[in-house]
Amino acid sequence: MNGVIEAPTIEYGALAPLLLVFGAAVLGVLVEAFAPRYLRRAIHMPLTLLSLLGAFALVIVTVVKGDLAETAAAMGAVAIDGPALFIWGVVLILSAVCVLMINDEGHFVASAAAVPGSSEEEEAEAAGSEHTEIYPLVLFAVGGMMLFPASNDLLTMFVALEVMSLPLYLLCGLARRRRLLSQEASMKYFLLGAFSSAFFLYGAAMIYGFAGTVSLTGISKALGTSGLLDPLLMIGLALLGVGLLFKIGAAPFQAWKPDVYQGAPTPITALMASGTLVAAVGAVLRVFWVGLGNLDWNWRPVMWAVAALTMIIGSVLAITQTDIKRMLAYSSIAHAGFLLIGVMATYDKAGQNSGSLSAILFYLLVYSLTTVGAFAVVTLVRDPGGEAWHLSRWAGLGKRSPVLAGVFAFFLLAFAGIPLTSGFFGKYAVFTAALGSGMESGDSLGGWMTGLVVLGVVASAVAAFFYVRVIVLMFFSEPAADGPTIAVPSMGTVAVITVALLVTVGVGLFPQPVLDLANQAASGLFIR
Amino acid sequence: MESPVEIVQHTAGGVIGVSWLMIALPLLGAAILLILGRVTNRWGHLLGVAMSLASFVVAVLAFFELIGLPEAQRRQAVHLWEFIPGMVDMGLLIDPLSISFALLITGVGSLIHIYSIGYMAHDSDRRRFFAYLNLFVAAMLLLVLADNYVGLFIGWEGVGLASYLLIGFWQFKPSAAVAAKKAFVVNRVGDFGLLVGMFIIWTSFGTFAFADLGAQVGTASQGTVTAIGLLLLLGACGKSAQLPLQSWLLDAMEGPTPVSALIHAATMVTAGVYLVVRSGAFFFEPGSPQALAVAIVGAATLLAGAIIGCAKDDIKKGLAGSTMSQIGYMMLGAGLGPAGYAFAIGHLITHGFFKADMFLGAGSVMHGMNDEVDMRKYGGLRKYMPLTFATFMVGYLAIIGFPLLSGYFTKDGIIETAVHEQPVLGWLAVLGAGITGFYMSRMVFMTFFGEKRWAEDAHPHESPKVMTIPLIVLSIGSVFLGGYLILSNRLMVFLGPATGRPSDANLPEFHFASTPGLTTLALVAVGAGFAWMRYGKATVPVVAPRGSFLTTFARRDLYGDALNESLFMRPGQWLTRIAVFFDNRGIDGVVNGLAAGIGGTSGRLRRIQTGFARTYALSILIGAALLTGALLLVGNI
Repeated sequence: MNGVIEAPTIEYGALAPLLLVFGAAVLGVLVEAFAPRYLRRAIHMPLTLLSLLGAFALVIVTVVKGDLAETAAAMGAVAIDGPALFIWGVVLILSAVCVLMINDEGHFVASAAAVPGSSEEEEAEAAGSEHTEIYPLVLFAVGGMMLFPASNDLLTMFVALEVMSLPLYLLCGLARRRRLLSQEASMKYFLLGAFSSAFFLYGAAMIYGFAGTVSLTGISKALGTSGLLDPLLMIGLALLGVGLLFKIGAAPFQAWKPDVYQGAPTPITALMASGTLVAAVGAVLRVFWVGLGNLDWNWRPVMWAVAALTMIIGSVLAITQTDIKRMLAYSSIAHAGFLLIGVMATYDKAGQNSGSLSAILFYLLVYSLTTVGAFAVVTLVRDPGGEAWHLSRWAGLGKRSPVLAGVFAFFLLAFAGIPLTSGFFGKYAVFTAALGSGMESGDSLGGWMTGLVVLGVVASAVAAFFYVRVIVLMFFSEPAADGPTIAVPSMGTVAVITVALLVTVGVGLFPQPVLDLANQAASGLFIR
Repeated sequence: MESPVEIVQHTAGGVIGVSWLMIALPLLGAAILLILGRVTNRWGHLLGVAMSLASFVVAVLAFFELIGLPEAQRRQAVHLWEFIPGMVDMGLLIDPLSISFALLITGVGSLIHIYSIGYMAHDSDRRRFFAYLNLFVAAMLLLVLADNYVGLFIGWEGVGLASYLLIGFWQFKPSAAVAAKKAFVVNRVGDFGLLVGMFIIWTSFGTFAFADLGAQVGTASQGTVTAIGLLLLLGACGKSAQLPLQSWLLDAMEGPTPVSALIHAATMVTAGVYLVVRSGAFFFEPGSPQALAVAIVGAATLLAGAIIGCAKDDIKKGLAGSTMSQIGYMMLGAGLGPAGYAFAIGHLITHGFFKADMFLGAGSVMHGMNDEVDMRKYGGLRKYMPLTFATFMVGYLAIIGFPLLSGYFTKDGIIETAVHEQPVLGWLAVLGAGITGFYMSRMVFMTFFGEKRWAEDAHPHESPKVMTIPLIVLSIGSVFLGGYLILSNRLMVFLGPATGRPSDANLPEFHFASTPGLTTLALVAVGAGFAWMRYGKATVPVVAPRGSFLTTFARRDLYGDALNESLFMRPGQWLTRIAVFFDNRGIDGVVNGLAAGIGGTSGRLRRIQTGFARTYALSILIGAALLTGALLLVGNI
């Protein structure tokens, strides 16, 4: 030390995708500042899309080159390993797809500062003004989503968490229709998000107190050396867990999800339900497997209860929902529970978790794309006052618009995990990995894991009910006389639905290539 | 006896490498016609024909490539993709057996496609008809080309579906809808047998692939193999309309006539024979109980079908009875082991030609007679439809085994082998041939000879060329194919790599003047003569006379339906009622209670979601406290 601060070494090559996204976001801010209003949209859209696709290309290049570093980049702050790259790829595809939807007109408010229903609002709308800030905001959020699961120390992770969340808080409040609901969602999300971030930070501090470091590798080492279990560590573990589980919407920290998903503009809901979930599950894996992997005997019973409760709450509460977006939110909670089953599967044949890791990565990819597709369909079913969310409005949609209803029905079947859809293989992979992990351990864990998987299957059955109910409603009910209109989809929305459908069908029929990809990503495991 | 040669994995390119096109092309045709719908109405039938013909071309090219290979390499497995990881690799098996079927299916299938252009010309749904025909061809090809039981089963079910759709094609007729349902339900019984057989195959051997089963089959007990064999036989009985699952075939004549020709005479009903022959090397060892069962089923069905054929006045039902009977011959041959396989397959191929010929001929007659099917209202048609008459006569002579025509060689081969291997069944087959002589002659005399007994508005005329040309092609096959295949054992040697065959020194010789052969000819002559006396010389009453007890027995399909009704349908209905009762009171009670319980819980839990951020924050706080408490507790244990 000696008071000399060494210049940090930064591996620019490895970090290029991340830097590209953040760079483009900063550029976007400059565009906001200097470009004339009428040009902004025309500049933002290509800038955003190209930076996301460019970052994706860089990820591909990194994967193809295949020389992954053994240690974390940026002085041990960012781990760029197989799983991180896979998640980056998924997040970048998802966000690119969501940007296509975000670009559609009519989702975002003309002037966020105007009081809902006021004359200013009407004027702004009449003037055709729009908030082009959404593009850089989305890019910052995406950058956060990339950094979050790749952070190799708790402080970087906290910063990533905030970089991801803050733009989303804002974006949630920018819906064009039902603005009060949107602003309420934004406020709730912000309050509760800040609350949970505090838990995360406090937990990180506790763990620092125990291990003397915030680096996940360091924490893991400290666990190996200390024989007794420090209460400091246990409290830190619990609080850290609260912060992370809040982000994936696990029970009992799920309450924000339905309200926020409902109120936020639907393209943003799609981004949160897919991108945020993927990133957060990645972060959960990294913290619990890399940092606290040696403690799995301690956190697994708690995780067991959380997973069980999450699946039950998600699938049971979804039954009585009458709002399509809230129903999808509860469905997302249930799926978070299924993913947590995978998180618990830390035992594996090689003692390396690669089987369960690849199962989770596969699940994330297929589930998130189906989710984006489903929300894209929601944006198209409209009443005069905005999107038609109430399920009764969806009655007889199959007769009015058989293609759209058919596509949506297919997405729902994928959520339910019916064979020949990607969702089936996702659930199958995670459940098999969990069972296999339980068997490998050769002790009482086997029974517990089996019990959890059985519970998961039962929850899937309950969930299938409300998915199929919507299908029945769409195809076997008489259409309402003044039913919603089906908006003519823009090129972007068509592209979104097509991509989602192709992946859902394609992976459902030929899962092997994607499974191989996930396996390959998982075989690199996390850098420790 | 030389056993089948090993299956080799196909490596080189060539047509065999792309033999999946055979299945893909008609499937694509069906997809285009069904998805694009009315847009394709104007050219849909042409696309259907083109796809079927293209598939035929691929089959021919693959055939020539196959016979260009040395005999030991004539079983080529083409791997396509991993279907169910660790369980099923989807692939095709191109060997003499499957390629023979492929040629028959695509060849005869294409002719029937062409014929249908004319036959269905006035049907507003012709495009849909061709879509189903293409679907059928694709499914049937998958059935015979798959290199494992799972692929075979998918094709098997696809064939069942296409058959259902086509029998019920004129669904506005209640009788057609009922017949389609009946065919489907009866086939389910057989399918179930096949499925359970496959389950046992998987648990016993851990593989579905034909390539692996050969080596594995020795590891199972005799009882297991017999069980598998009998279950597969049940499946075969369903698809091939063998006793006791024969009842659907006669009703299936409700479909348009080309369907009866394609599916219920030439191809689909032969699937059972294919299944038995394909599984022969594994599960039907000659002399085993299950092989004997196959032969007995065949012999019983060939007699039953022949007897039914004697009493039918509906020309298509008469032909259907004859189909049952002829497939009975094939099953009998297939039950005799490798010695009989070549004759069974040979008869299957020649039968495909002459039966399609006669069915299409019957269709041509109906076309000219305002869709009249009652032979008592025909008579003397030979002058009005000379081409149809000539081609029908060729088919007729072939099926009764007139010397030197196709049926003579193949049927006689089965009979000779049967008399040698299972004398009782063999002589029953001889008797069956005599009955065939009677009922087929009856059909010809009632239709083409005698005086006119037409309805008043009937104006018989020859059919258009698009219908008669396929008839001519088919009748040429009916004349020469049998001799070509059987004399000097061409088919037996060709099939050798797939089914096994006698060594070169022991190849059978064809006897033109053996005792069973001559007896058969004599009995056929007696039968034909008897038919001439009853239906050629004497006047045929327009209204069917009551007839003896035996006639009624045959007219009622040997009481097959009555038997099914009293044995299965009534008890089944009772069982259903009891099950429904228990389902309503017991199971539904539990299920509905459970559902109501979950719904109620959901309704109550919903109230937690108050919408207030403070409540949510409180729940997070409580959750955090619980987590911390639990972790501290676990840590201290």
